[in-house]
Amino acid sequence: MTLALQTRDLARSFDIGRRLIGPPRARLHAVRPISIQVQQGETLGIVGESGCGKSTLARMLVGLVAPSAGSIEIEGRLLDRADPAAFGRLIQYVFQDPVSSLNPRKTIRQILAAPLRHLRGLRGRELDARIAELFAAVSLRSDFLSRYPHEFSGGQAQRIGIARALAASPRILVLDEPVSALDVSVQAQVLNLLADLKAKLGLTYLFISHDLAVVEAVSDRIAVLYFGALVESGPAHKVFATPRHPYTKLLALSAPVVGRPLGGAQSGELPDPLNPPPGCAFAGRCPHATEICRREMPALRAIEGDQHAACHHPLAP
Amino acid sequence: MGGYILRRLISAIPVLLGITMIVFLIMAMIPGDPATAILGAYATPENVERLNRYLGLDQPLLQQYLIWLGNLLQGDFGRSFALNRPVLDEVLERFSATLILAGTAFVLCSLLGILAGVVSAARQYGLADKTITFAVIVGISVPSFFLGMMMILFFAVQLRWLPVSGMYSIWGGGDLPDLIRHLTMPALALSVVATGVIARLTRGAMLEVLRQDFIRTARAKGLHERRVIWGHALRAAMVSVIPVLGIQAGFVLSGAVYIEMVFQWPGIGRMLVDAILKRDILLVQGGVVFVAACYVGFNIVVDVAQHLLDPRIRA
Amino acid sequence: MRLFLQLLFRNRLAGFGAVVLGVIVVLAVLTPILPLHPPNETNTANRFLRPLSEGHWLGTDHLGRDLMSRLMWGTRLSLAVGFAAALFAGLAGAAIGVLAGYFGGRIDNVTMRGIDMLMAFPYILLALAIVAVLGPGLMNALIAVAVVNIPFFARNIRGVTAGIVHREFVDAARLSGMGNARILWSEVLPNVVPVIVIAMSTTIGWMILETAGLSFLGLGSQPPQADLGSMLGEARSALITAPHTSIVPGAMILLIVMSVNLLGDGVRDALDPRLRSGAPSRPEATTRVERATAPEATESGLLRLDRLETQFRIGKRVYRAVNGVSLNLSPGECVGLIGESGSGKSVTALSVMGLVASPPGVITGGAVRLDGQDLIGAPYEMLRALRGRRVAYIFQDPLSTLHPLYRIGDQLAEAITAHQPVGRAAARARAVRLLEDVRIPNPAARARAFPHELSGGMRQRVGIAMALANDPDIIIADEPTTALDVTVQAQVLALLDELRRSRGLAILFITHDFGVVSQLCDRVAVMYGGRVVEEGPTTDLLAAPAHPYTRRLIACVPELGGGRRRLAAIPGLPPAVDDLPPGCAFAPRCERAQDACRAGEIALAGKVRKVRCLFPETTP
Repeated sequence: MTLALQTRDLARSFDIGRRLIGPPRARLHAVRPISIQVQQGETLGIVGESGCGKSTLARMLVGLVAPSAGSIEIEGRLLDRADPAAFGRLIQYVFQDPVSSLNPRKTIRQILAAPLRHLRGLRGRELDARIAELFAAVSLRSDFLSRYPHEFSGGQAQRIGIARALAASPRILVLDEPVSALDVSVQAQVLNLLADLKAKLGLTYLFISHDLAVVEAVSDRIAVLYFGALVESGPAHKVFATPRHPYTKLLALSAPVVGRPLGGAQSGELPDPLNPPPGCAFAGRCPHATEICRREMPALRAIEGDQHAACHHPLAP
Repeated sequence: MGGYILRRLISAIPVLLGITMIVFLIMAMIPGDPATAILGAYATPENVERLNRYLGLDQPLLQQYLIWLGNLLQGDFGRSFALNRPVLDEVLERFSATLILAGTAFVLCSLLGILAGVVSAARQYGLADKTITFAVIVGISVPSFFLGMMMILFFAVQLRWLPVSGMYSIWGGGDLPDLIRHLTMPALALSVVATGVIARLTRGAMLEVLRQDFIRTARAKGLHERRVIWGHALRAAMVSVIPVLGIQAGFVLSGAVYIEMVFQWPGIGRMLVDAILKRDILLVQGGVVFVAACYVGFNIVVDVAQHLLDPRIRA
Repeated sequence: MRLFLQLLFRNRLAGFGAVVLGVIVVLAVLTPILPLHPPNETNTANRFLRPLSEGHWLGTDHLGRDLMSRLMWGTRLSLAVGFAAALFAGLAGAAIGVLAGYFGGRIDNVTMRGIDMLMAFPYILLALAIVAVLGPGLMNALIAVAVVNIPFFARNIRGVTAGIVHREFVDAARLSGMGNARILWSEVLPNVVPVIVIAMSTTIGWMILETAGLSFLGLGSQPPQADLGSMLGEARSALITAPHTSIVPGAMILLIVMSVNLLGDGVRDALDPRLRSGAPSRPEATTRVERATAPEATESGLLRLDRLETQFRIGKRVYRAVNGVSLNLSPGECVGLIGESGSGKSVTALSVMGLVASPPGVITGGAVRLDGQDLIGAPYEMLRALRGRRVAYIFQDPLSTLHPLYRIGDQLAEAITAHQPVGRAAARARAVRLLEDVRIPNPAARARAFPHELSGGMRQRVGIAMALANDPDIIIADEPTTALDVTVQAQVLALLDELRRSRGLAILFITHDFGVVSQLCDRVAVMYGGRVVEEGPTTDLLAAPAHPYTRRLIACVPELGGGRRRLAAIPGLPPAVDDLPPGCAFAPRCERAQDACRAGEIALAGKVRKVRCLFPETTP
């Protein structure tokens, strides 16, 4: 197995209340240093609730946001400059809202042609052939090509979004909540399409979602983010079945499951991002928290085999 | 709140400086020689030069600006040569007349405009809405000076209800009822366009707000429709109306120039037009800076009002 | 383009404006070849001739010049100047605005401060100052008017551009390898151009007024040349003795500006995508009702829906969102209403208290009975008295459903005083107790907070507190946890469950999530295409779904703990409710469907377990 993607201490902070001169009023750490490794052909699921930094992480991985620290390596190549064009041939992005990611004033053909022209330098007949091929790959009728985005339903628009991401033949796709805006019956269609494409083209996926069940269903490995930091990672079948970090356990218990009584009714909310606690960000909500948790930020460490957790008191399986 | 007002006041300082700079530069670009303008075409070159030196016009531009600014800050706006009196005295006197006119018109257009806009939105497609919409279209299309002239023809000449022009009657006037009789027509004529603009904007903002989820919430909890419209909806709509009130205040102040001409109102607009035609530069400079500064002050009031209304921008 | 003209002339006033303006423009263009007196030919013997005089249709002015001729030449001038000023100001302002909005950062900052500085002048001061420098004259007036209006355009266009730059399709273009220049040209500009056109078309009238104004003051066109403004200015001294010399040019300005404005509004409506399907309409206080007769009461219950039908009428299309939904809610019971978007579940819920936005919503049939009393078509005051008092709502997104400008304590107190004669102070105290009831920490302080100062979970607790304010019998919860994170959702659901048990509330719970339904509801009804397709006790229904749609919908939702797997998708799309097939709406996607399924109405059969299917999966 070779590494498809690796980040080393990748981090991003935003300045809040920037002044004309002098330091900003506050600094918000959207993503704290994160190191992840994704193998070729693997699907890494990234879960977390709103404000956990998963979208910022995704946008850094494709070059839309410049990291404030750390590095990104794709297939052994270091990509340190935030330049979507340089990233574009290796890694592509599928947006959450399929309709707003398509320019309302362009036809689908124009939208699909852009990456082929600018990233692959295709012209003329070659271009048309490739567009037809892409469209067939996401199972859409070719007469849709001359239409405008508003004529499509969410599911169809997301297929177009996927086709565009695949156009430049990238090796890796970052899927940022690709099915959250879709209805469940359509959601399954798109997830299955993604699985087929992955098998056919030998792609590597980073699948970001807030829906634990969806992530579990599509991933090989799962990483859990909380408050901008990686709190747990491990094989998909283990992370929610035997969580080692109390936050992962809370997540798993909170997910509504048919036939299970209401759980996870524990109160508590995220800490104030502008005034983060010195220790573990989850300590305020954690039933097992002790003095050290409030004082020292725990580092991510191997708990058992491939399962890692950032916790001073990891849970027993 | 106090902190915000203070910050806002401090941020006005560079704007005011910028205004003085722009005004000064524009006036410095005026072709021709003020001294010649004052002394007339037949003045001797020596006299012109002496006067130029007296006015400080032989100094470099920056120095002239700093001297002028320094005097300005001490309340010395210079002397109008055409009127032969201190600029500040003249400006203050004229501006108070304009303030009465424009202030009345502004209050009128704000109240009428918002009222018409809310009624129009609340009764969308009803008779009231159609009437108001039509009146608004006519209102924003009519030149205020033409409207003023037509009002004179109708109310002063035909019906003889109101005086033709001026601010006070020449004989026996000077009291408040007299002022109000003189003020009615110009203030109305001046407010028409702004009323139309505000009504139209309020209607649009209300229609937008009435479709919001929180209006449904207000209805779902059993609030009376009156309270929904005039309370919840109008309050939210005011967030987009208030900044426009600030802009419209500028337009009312601008329109006052025409209205003052039509109704012979002794305001600052007429003074400025006369001063420009006579090339009375110090008077123009002083008048423009003074009015612009007042407008900046007014906009601070608008911002503070917006700040009080909308807690979200305080965060 | 054809669509544009069609949309433009749909607005009759705009069409009228276009015709009037067209006639005026054609006449103005033709002026030099029309058989008119020379405009500057004076004849003092014939001064102040009245209109309809011989040889001078509109009379003459103070120098005996023909008014008709001067009017036409003046119109020509005024139109040209107004259009030129609008074009110049529009293009220059748009260029500044697009660049500042696209590049943002320091460029934006500096440009906008400059713009703010110019806008700190009442516009006429700046115009007067410019004319003072350049000297009076029509060209100079044009320049002054154009320059003064640049900041308005720049600021407007900048805002729009900055909004577009943050849209996702611009990110997508970057990922497609496009550079700044290309993105600006092919992604941003096409979306900004309509706004520029709208801004220009709605300000041309204003420009014409302003240049006329400067001429009126004697600062624009100089004699003997005259535009409409200076004609009016010259006529002013003879206003009382010869009013027609003022009325003629003044009326012309009014006519031109009005037709330009009408046309401009039409252009705006035709180009603005939000207005394309007609102007936004305001929802009325209650949903419209067009119902022939009320159906007989079938069962008794606390809340009973009988064959409820609600439609949306948009243009010629009729969207049948709710098609004969019958549902019963007993005291203390929690009923789940589940379905995908467009299934009609929310519209059903909103129809109960007449809260469906209307227009376009209309309740066309059925009955909603509260304690046996029909609410459809009930007088507004009766409905109002029941809203929040006996039937309260909790909505989906607590940020948009709470009023952003009122403190939450005041919003709660208002819910109380709307129904109970209590004083302000008493209502406030009750509001604080309500916040305590929904476990909001530090309730007295939180009552003074604004909605945006609370987290999503806290806001939804406020929403629940508001629903509880008058101790209602029924709460209708429309996807109350969909916008929340899972851990917060669990907290809110637990709170709702506890409150309903301790207070004996009946809840109608609308959701798309089977997990939530199974944890909270006693009974559940599944909706598809505006109909209830299956209904029954929650555990039975989820364990053995009878309708093929229910079974397959459950199968396509991944469940936590199921491990990695392929999902069973349902092929095809949910039905469009403006074009429902006869018979079963699910038939086109159903593998069990036969010809009979597509033939005609299928009844909801059964007593406790009901299913609307000819070939159910199980016999309930």
